[in-house]
Amino acid sequence: MAITHTADDPNQRPPVIGEAKEGGAGPRRRDFLNIAAVSFAGIGAVAVVIPLVNQMNPSADVLALAAIEVDISAIASGQAIKTIWRKQPIFIRNLTPKEIAEADAVPVSSLRDPATLAQRTKEGHKNWLITLGVCTHLGCVPLGAGEGETKGEFGGYFCPCHGSQYDTAARIRKGPAPKNLQVPDYSFKSPTVVQIG
Amino acid sequence: MSFPWAEHYEPKHALTKWIDSRLPLPRLVYNAVGAGYPVPRNLNYFWNFGVLAGVALTIQIITGIVLAMHYVAGTDQAFNSVEGIMRDVNQGWMLRYAHMNGASFFFIVVYIHIFRGLFYGSYKAPREMVWLLGVVIFLLMMATGFMGYVLPWGQMSFWGAQVITGFFSAIPVIGDPLHTWLLGGFAPDQATLNRFFSLHYLLPFVIAGVIVLHIWALHIPGSNNPTGVEVKGPQDTVPFHPYYTAKDGFGLGVFLILFAIMTFFYPNAMGHPDNYIPANPLSTPAHIVPEWYFLPFYAILKSFTVNWLWVPAKLWGVVAMFGAIALLFFLPWLDKSPIRSANYRPMYKIAFWILVVDVVILGYVGQAEPKEPNVRIGQFAAMYYFAHFLIIVPIINMFEVPKPLPNSITESVLHGEAAEAAPYGVGAGAAH
Repeated sequence: MAITHTADDPNQRPPVIGEAKEGGAGPRRRDFLNIAAVSFAGIGAVAVVIPLVNQMNPSADVLALAAIEVDISAIASGQAIKTIWRKQPIFIRNLTPKEIAEADAVPVSSLRDPATLAQRTKEGHKNWLITLGVCTHLGCVPLGAGEGETKGEFGGYFCPCHGSQYDTAARIRKGPAPKNLQVPDYSFKSPTVVQIG
Repeated sequence: MSFPWAEHYEPKHALTKWIDSRLPLPRLVYNAVGAGYPVPRNLNYFWNFGVLAGVALTIQIITGIVLAMHYVAGTDQAFNSVEGIMRDVNQGWMLRYAHMNGASFFFIVVYIHIFRGLFYGSYKAPREMVWLLGVVIFLLMMATGFMGYVLPWGQMSFWGAQVITGFFSAIPVIGDPLHTWLLGGFAPDQATLNRFFSLHYLLPFVIAGVIVLHIWALHIPGSNNPTGVEVKGPQDTVPFHPYYTAKDGFGLGVFLILFAIMTFFYPNAMGHPDNYIPANPLSTPAHIVPEWYFLPFYAILKSFTVNWLWVPAKLWGVVAMFGAIALLFFLPWLDKSPIRSANYRPMYKIAFWILVVDVVILGYVGQAEPKEPNVRIGQFAAMYYFAHFLIIVPIINMFEVPKPLPNSITESVLHGEAAEAAPYGVGAGAAH
């Protein structure tokens, strides 16, 4: 089959990639069909992969996150409780004046993750330290909230997995953890009820 | 691989040379689906269905593994976990419907694949091993499909498990202990569901392994073709790639379009509504039927209603149903005609199409209510099914006068009229 060299030949349209082949003729219709088919198959393959990957993301029942309300009236000064929010432990600690003073005495500039106790608690509720009970190193639950657990060298929390030490404001002071224990979004609904989330 | 004129794999780059001299995997692929595998040039679209069956298995394995990430194999949680997949998992509805309809499409392409083999004599020497491995795959497919259907723990799941494990209780002496062993109890329950989940995960990989043997066995003699005439030289073949990769790619596009239409627009058309009712061990649904792809065999099972020759009807039905599949193992030795393709076997061609109609009738009877005339029709259809293989085909082999075969694949493709009409083994132009 001789290739007719003419721009008016419909078989030579639409122009595709590449240089002239076969005796000066442009890309043939076959080239276009081939590239179009393979491209479309590629797009289809990507479109198929998306749901196969996306199904592993959190499903609707996991994302349906409820806020929780916690009654803190029974927590005496110096005590702490653990509760669960989003399948993670929450530490609610009623600090003693001594613990507050210890936390305030630390120069902020010396901290790995600088923050004051006031920044980590709510206005007028400085004795209520509410944090996630998840060590910022690799996610273990630090000791110190439960009755009789070691509070570590700084009187706050001690993570048994790799020895991270947190102080009475739950700030990282020693060990491999990079950050202070995270403070979740919460608000006081009343003097004795906290809503987390 | 199969023909001396197959192109040889020549690694060009230093890296491919390095790999090829240590692990010749690219060479294997090249010889399996590349230019190293010459294929008859005259294959029609019925030769697409092997690849389509492989694609269907791949779809089932991928969607199945994904579903298993969310499914819980507990009698109290299975049904709800499937509903959770439908409602909560990202695109879970699509993945479940793809798996459900994928099973049906798997059987559709495999049934076409099997009847293709029956029509063109693809089970005959030297391809008996390909056929035998294919029947093994078919049995594994049915076991896998059944166990998967049990997992949602709906009404059809439960009673399907009850009935199909009940087959084994028909076996004399060891039947009841075997039945109890399969169930892990006295009725389908947690133990049954748990083991079916485990086996439903395992068997597809066993199928994949047997498919490797199936393809390996096929590549020794090479593919059959619509004339049934052996490949005689390089002019009769084309390399698998690009010719049949392109043709299979086109067929795959058509297959995926039909699959998408069913999955997105009629996802429950091939399912049974009763399986949206949670399993109730105290109540069998009034109209219980198996999935559509089991119906012909179910009809054969139902056909045996009287005790005969000191053997109870229950055992007859089970033996006949399994026998209907086991019979296929013997087909290469029941059909002794040296002519492969039904295109040159006028009597066999008629018998083949009657068998197709017979299997469709069996399918209809399988889902019909067991009352007259359905029972009688089913009994005749089941009888004919066995007669076809055991009586009719051997008799045809005695009396049939085959049409003259083309001298070669190429001549049949090029429609050389004189050559086509020439008797087998006599050159063109030697008119008689």
